[in-house]
Amino acid sequence: MAPTDRTPSPAASRPGRPVDDETALVAAAKGGDIGAFESLVHRYEGRIYRLTYNITQNREDAEDATQDAFLKSYQHLSGFQGDSRFYTWLVRIAVNEALMKLRRRRPNELSLDESIQTDEDMIPREIEDWGPKPDQRFEQGELQNILARAIATLEPPYRIVFQLRDIEELSTEETARLLGLSVPAVKSRLLRARLKLRHTLDQLFRGSARSELQGS
Amino acid sequence: MSCKEVNCRTLLTELCDFLDGGLDSETVQEIKLHLDRCEDCRILVDTTRKTIEIFCNAEPVPLPQGVRDRLHKALEQRLRGSNS
Repeated sequence: MAPTDRTPSPAASRPGRPVDDETALVAAAKGGDIGAFESLVHRYEGRIYRLTYNITQNREDAEDATQDAFLKSYQHLSGFQGDSRFYTWLVRIAVNEALMKLRRRRPNELSLDESIQTDEDMIPREIEDWGPKPDQRFEQGELQNILARAIATLEPPYRIVFQLRDIEELSTEETARLLGLSVPAVKSRLLRARLKLRHTLDQLFRGSARSELQGS
Repeated sequence: MSCKEVNCRTLLTELCDFLDGGLDSETVQEIKLHLDRCEDCRILVDTTRKTIEIFCNAEPVPLPQGVRDRLHKALEQRLRGSNS
């Protein structure tokens, strides 16, 4: 979970989430055991690639950022003090790598005029209940693709904040620091991102957006 | 603007802090009282919470094989090179 401002999220007890021998692997990698570091790479490569892809929305940049993040983490491993999870530390490095790629390719992508006020267009219409577990109507691969397409529909300022806060579970303060934003700006963007994704999933669960989000 | 709209708008402004546990207990109680009366807001809170959970719990799409191969080849070259 995010360190300071979240109630425990379901991800904190995500099945199979590996934490138990992470400390041992990091200690071995610090001692120069490349095999141990490769085990950490295997463990997190999928999540780090998803993170960098969701920030850059560019396969080449995501691949480069993933590679650079793992390399830098290895090079700076001696500076990792273990006061957070290794994965959290790795996420910070990967976010910075991905943001550098994004800024290089699209310099104005993160800037946005905004206010904390809720606008009229944010107020949801035609609210309907989803039932207890709406995502279980889909097979895992189908759901993964749908979610990837849904998050890609967000504009970058919203997509990146959602990625850091709700998927990587960074705190509001850390997200603000990494992105060079104020805390109110992060909160404002997070609200819009959550409402937009809720709306997208709402359409999906009610059938109207299914073909669009599933693609060809 | 009716009283209900004001309350619904306030709920929207506080939605993230409410879901993230970032509000004081008095505000939480006021919101809960509103949710008891307002089905739309109750569903909004529930479906927004589910949206976060669905994204948060989703496993990432497996890394494409080509990407994985290139990643491991590059890391192997750089890591073993830096250790030699």
